[in-house]
Amino acid sequence: MTALAALIRRDIKISLRVGGGALIGVLFFLTVVVLMPFAVGPDLALLTRLGPAILWLGALLASLLTLDRLFTADHEDGSLDLIVMSRTPLELTCAAKALAHWLAAGVPLILATPVLGLLLNLNATATAAVALTLLAGTPALTFTGMIGAALAVTLHRGGLLLAVLVLPLSIPVLIFGVAASQAAITGPLSFGTPFSILCALSLVSLVIGPFAAAASLRHGLD
Amino acid sequence: MRLSGSGVRCVRGGREVFSGLDFAASAGEALAVTGRNGSGKTSLLRLIAGLLTPEGGSIGLEGGEGELTLPEQAHLLGHRDALKPALSVTENLAFWREFLGGEAFDLRECLAAVGLDHAAGLPAAFLSAGQRRRLSIARLLAARRPVWLLDEPTNALDTSGQAMFAALMGDHLARGGLIIAATHAPLGIAARELRIGGAA
Repeated sequence: MTALAALIRRDIKISLRVGGGALIGVLFFLTVVVLMPFAVGPDLALLTRLGPAILWLGALLASLLTLDRLFTADHEDGSLDLIVMSRTPLELTCAAKALAHWLAAGVPLILATPVLGLLLNLNATATAAVALTLLAGTPALTFTGMIGAALAVTLHRGGLLLAVLVLPLSIPVLIFGVAASQAAITGPLSFGTPFSILCALSLVSLVIGPFAAAASLRHGLD
Repeated sequence: MRLSGSGVRCVRGGREVFSGLDFAASAGEALAVTGRNGSGKTSLLRLIAGLLTPEGGSIGLEGGEGELTLPEQAHLLGHRDALKPALSVTENLAFWREFLGGEAFDLRECLAAVGLDHAAGLPAAFLSAGQRRRLSIARLLAARRPVWLLDEPTNALDTSGQAMFAALMGDHLARGGLIIAATHAPLGIAARELRIGGAA
């Protein structure tokens, strides 16, 4: 357990320091969301209707941006070899890395959502709904994205491959995340139904992600 | 404790690197792996570390700590330093000590042993190549493991650094450790030679 705690502490520390991923992810999220009103135009009703979808897309792209470095950084400097040789099961190590990534890069996105909701003319209820769905859904994005990051670890410019691999996998999360937010804002569906499915998707990926990532890391290390 | 391999065959990228390789080393013994470039020295170390799978033959450790596998009892000092530029010297070392587990040693003493105690608070990004290597060596001291797999360990070290490392390797062997080092330069300790491939 100390090993995993040490790993989580280290990864968070690195991503919070200069050049780390945490700030870059939030800034990217901010940029994507700020650009949308310029593209769509100053139609407030339209922005309100598109708001949850825009926030979700922004969060998806921002988390993808930083996932790229999840394993490549450790692979490039040789840390990954030592991590594989450690006494901690690789599956747990992968889960710890994903958790650290979510804490450092996913949580800031959720915290930024209320501010960005203002830009999209979302009222308090709608913003809270989107933030809640992001809280439930972003772990799924991180843990499925980790599989792609592990597959692309040995490739140069693997970030592009990561996007191609991971985006299709995140479609269900996107559908139910936006559906739950819309349900809370406009109805007629109840919020609980899509939200429960979203939570289920997250739980499934929490289980499958570490095993798949560990398997592809073991296979890909050459 | 005895580390041995018999009939080990290594294939990389569809090409056979070596085959039928036999080797053995007992506690307190050092094995210097030599051979020309591309003869498979690094591959042999990675095979022993469990990072590659042998195409044939077997590698095993007898008489190690009961439940642990060979890679879990081995330190790998590779070409790459496994250091994070954003973290300080102490933070890097503290992380590996906690992550690798086992008996914990005082970080300041480990840094002093490799001559880095004056740079403890410095971010690793500002270290020179030789200092980075010294910090990697400190990792071998901070978390104790009986098998040391060293890949060109004296690269980038100055003369005093090489002498320092030779003394540390001597201590490790005296404590019943075991060293397998791929090297071109003399290690500075008594070591049996294992030659891979033809004459260099």
